[in-house]
Amino acid sequence: MLLAILSDIHANREAFEAVLAAVEGAGADRLVLLGDIVGYGADPEWCAERAMALAAGGAVVLRGNHDEAVGNPAVSMNPTATFALEWTRRQLGSQTRAFLAALPFEAREGDCLFVHADASAPPAWNYVLDASDAGRHLAACAARVSFCGHVHKPALYSTAPGGRVTHFRPVAATPVPLLPQRRWLAVMGSVGQPRDGDPAAAYALYDTQSAELRFQRAAYDVERAAGKIRAAGLPASLADRLLRGR
Amino acid sequence: MVKARLKPGDLIDGFLIEAIAHNGGMARIWAVSRPDIDFPILMKVPVIGEGDDPAAIVGFEMEQMILPRLSGPHVPRFVANGDFATLPYIVMERLPGTSLYPLLERLPLPPEEVAALGAKIAVALDSLHRQHVVHLDLKPSNVMFRESGEAVLIDYGLARHIHLPDLMDEQFRLPYGTAPYMAPEQVLGTRSDFRSDLFALGVLLYFFATGERPFGDPQRLKGLKRRLWRDPLPPRARNAAIPPALQEVILRCLEVNPAWRYPSAAQLALDLQDLSAVKLTARAEKMKRDPLGMVLRRRFNPVPIETVKPQTAEAQLANAPIVAVAIDLAASTPDLADAMHRTVARIIENTPDARIACINVLKINRIAIDTSLDEEGRNKHVLRLVELRTWSTGLAVPGGGITFHVLEAVSPADAILDYARENYVDHIVMGARAESAMRSMLGSVSGEVAAHAPCTVTVVRNRPRPGGAPDTG
Repeated sequence: MLLAILSDIHANREAFEAVLAAVEGAGADRLVLLGDIVGYGADPEWCAERAMALAAGGAVVLRGNHDEAVGNPAVSMNPTATFALEWTRRQLGSQTRAFLAALPFEAREGDCLFVHADASAPPAWNYVLDASDAGRHLAACAARVSFCGHVHKPALYSTAPGGRVTHFRPVAATPVPLLPQRRWLAVMGSVGQPRDGDPAAAYALYDTQSAELRFQRAAYDVERAAGKIRAAGLPASLADRLLRGR
Repeated sequence: MVKARLKPGDLIDGFLIEAIAHNGGMARIWAVSRPDIDFPILMKVPVIGEGDDPAAIVGFEMEQMILPRLSGPHVPRFVANGDFATLPYIVMERLPGTSLYPLLERLPLPPEEVAALGAKIAVALDSLHRQHVVHLDLKPSNVMFRESGEAVLIDYGLARHIHLPDLMDEQFRLPYGTAPYMAPEQVLGTRSDFRSDLFALGVLLYFFATGERPFGDPQRLKGLKRRLWRDPLPPRARNAAIPPALQEVILRCLEVNPAWRYPSAAQLALDLQDLSAVKLTARAEKMKRDPLGMVLRRRFNPVPIETVKPQTAEAQLANAPIVAVAIDLAASTPDLADAMHRTVARIIENTPDARIACINVLKINRIAIDTSLDEEGRNKHVLRLVELRTWSTGLAVPGGGITFHVLEAVSPADAILDYARENYVDHIVMGARAESAMRSMLGSVSGEVAAHAPCTVTVVRNRPRPGGAPDTG
């Protein structure tokens, strides 16, 4: 089965559409959305509705901190994110708000675990930024292969029994065999707000049969997505960073 | 993990175990067969026991990961990987003959034989590097040959694929490699620089040409680090039969700083194939090791090691293309010759480690048996070389250098294409023959080259000035 894994869409309709088209072209059998469907971008309602439709069609859709913050004012965020969140709340209908509020923190399928942030405490929204964070995640779960997002920069960690955790910065479109005798944590890049210097939307394809993982990029109309953020009166920095991919 | 004790006659995933081919410390190698495979194959099974070196297991994992991704004549063909959960193994093509290891019995080899071997190994390294892999354990026992003559590099247990996670890295503290052959940056833990393999090849060439290893066979890290500051005795001081050009090549490979070595295996292959074209420097004439004072200074004020990260390794290689500039000065206008000059100058500016080969085709008559040896022919040849050199005035080639070649051929297009194929050319730059009766009669040389070239082709043509006459000439 070919899984398509998307994370951190952040209300970027153009990026989301581009990735969905690419994933369909690749022949993916199943979609997994690792959360943060909304926040930052100009199309929260459209993206949430689309995620809802995908979930109805069998996709796995998880909760991210921005999705939670829509209905939970206790989630703390920086001023820009808070400003965007207040704007986002006004855009969302009652149906999509209810959908976001009910999303699960994690999902398991076969030997895979899916979660938005570090699995040791999903509601704490800890970032997996380095090998020691990845070690904490791997110690807290038993899955052979796990996937998370939240960081917006792709990375791949692995460990063998008794060994240290190794870090790898993935190269787009190269299949990496997730060797069966090791455990792996793949940190997804972001669909709607990449921060690794490449403005193209990030996602990944995982072939459960061959255990090969491919980090992918999809070009999208960044100018248009950035233009909509400015037109909506959202902070200009959110538009600028899309253009830079930082 | 099932600890199966294999024996002849066993059947594993359809492979019939026939006989033991090699019993090594890290792996046992069996000759095997499968009815649907029509070439000889081997099964490599790691020796894994309690308390074994974890690097042996990781090395086997790396080989299982890398070998299926390699192709071409310079690597053993991959057949199958066995699952670690049941029986870990790799099945691959069995190459004929032996490695270079038995040759160690009869060193030193004649210099021309060393250069020819080195050229073949450099070509194999070029193929590997273009597939994003650094071998990191090049040594005589890991080099084999096909019956057709190509060198084949075996054993990817220490190799690094730049696009795949490095399981060896970070896992272990000591640098892994084979002591006599390890590059200084590898001793310091870098595993992503293609030029580390050029250092190892330099050690092999030195060993084969002199019968001695340049840095001995140190057993401890301290001894390994000595090569960071202590230069080897120049090869010619050990064997006077070694020509200065071969010493130049060997010592350039053995530079402590990777940035001072050849920028690519292809450029090294080019020099080893034609030692007469090697640009000689002080390295060629060196007959003694550096004086003690200099060595001491280097020890406390080390040579810079300008190595590359995995993310920049490929850019380093891409910065060192081999560019063939085909110019026909007789048939081009001054404007076109200028435009060619500007184009090449821009290439050098963008890829400073480029090697530039200026070529000119001297057309010979199909009917005449050989006119090139008479005086007129020789004069023509020399004149063309002088013209090429004159044209190249002002082209500053900091890295790879510039060479000049006059090729004699019946068909200019075939000559250019053959040159490109035989010399690992990455980019051909040539001028378009002007609009003329000649082109309609003979067809376009650049068109033919562009259609059949194994690499990028830039055809330089001047745009006619609006309202002006077309560029004829």
